[in-house]
Amino acid sequence: MVTLQFLPYSQVENMTGVGRIRKLLNLVKEDKIVLLQGRLHEDEEAELIKATMEEINKNFRGIELAVVNPSATDLTYMQKFRQGFTNFVLGDRQGITVIGPASVVKSIKRDPNKIELLMKNGKVKRKNGRK
Amino acid sequence: MIVKFKNWINKIISNIFKKRGDVKLGLYGPPNSGKSTLANRITSDWLGEEMSVVSAIAHETREIQMKEHVKIVKDGKELLFNLVDTPGIATRIDYEDFIKKGMSKSKAKKRAREATKGVIESIRWLDEMDAVLVVLDSSEDPYSQVNITIIGNLAARNIPVLIVANKIDLKKASMKRIEAAFPQYPIVGVSAKHGKNVDELYKMLFKVIK
Repeated sequence: MVTLQFLPYSQVENMTGVGRIRKLLNLVKEDKIVLLQGRLHEDEEAELIKATMEEINKNFRGIELAVVNPSATDLTYMQKFRQGFTNFVLGDRQGITVIGPASVVKSIKRDPNKIELLMKNGKVKRKNGRK
Repeated sequence: MIVKFKNWINKIISNIFKKRGDVKLGLYGPPNSGKSTLANRITSDWLGEEMSVVSAIAHETREIQMKEHVKIVKDGKELLFNLVDTPGIATRIDYEDFIKKGMSKSKAKKRAREATKGVIESIRWLDEMDAVLVVLDSSEDPYSQVNITIIGNLAARNIPVLIVANKIDLKKASMKRIEAAFPQYPIVGVSAKHGKNVDELYKMLFKVIK
């Protein structure tokens, strides 16, 4: 059985970068696939990879990670400005971040609008983004 | 925010005192995209010697490798830099994958342990780079989060990026796919292994390293 856990942005918005990464990794290490509303900052994504590498052992082989943010692709300059301002004030809630344990998720294929999770048992789960 | 500002100030100060030839050109990308093959191509062409060991098994480069004072001369212009070959960045490392490639269990575990440290080192060195070649395997899906995270982090640090679509000699290679994934970046297609189109890469280096 695969557990998908939705994590609303409100649950991580007041956390530090380290706190967010810790929360995500703890959930993933419980063999859950986390669907985080919004996305991490670029430097947090890099820190998540570093933290993952530090914790790899015989039971934890790493993570699969993907961000889908379809609305970011075809925006006008004005829309981008508005979105940037909203993200600055409220945090980046656009899109969704999918993080799963490498022991459960074999790979994640993505294009700007769609994510496909290839599971270890061969089942494919689809998560469609909005356009 | 404070860390970013500190990095920015440090970068400005180090740039002021930087000597000509201290420019660091990094090779970043996922494992087995051909970073070390490209590093060897560049150093063979301009220094007459190779700098890295290459292998069909991923994570052959597990430590940062640096070759100093690489000088490229093109059309009467000179470019001097230190070339930094980095371990491939991955989000998962499973020693059993190395066993499947024919390694013993102890060697596979050691390789996996070293590979995890290599990924951490690669990320730590991002702040040291003055320009980066992001080397991607053009026969693979470019939309991996590792690629996006690497490029996003370089953009956030204002480090100039040239995307190298490597392995264009392969049947499955697609430049268009990479161009569609990263339309805002300059891209050059090469085959580092066979030396195809590397002259174009050298020309483009003059625009990336300033």
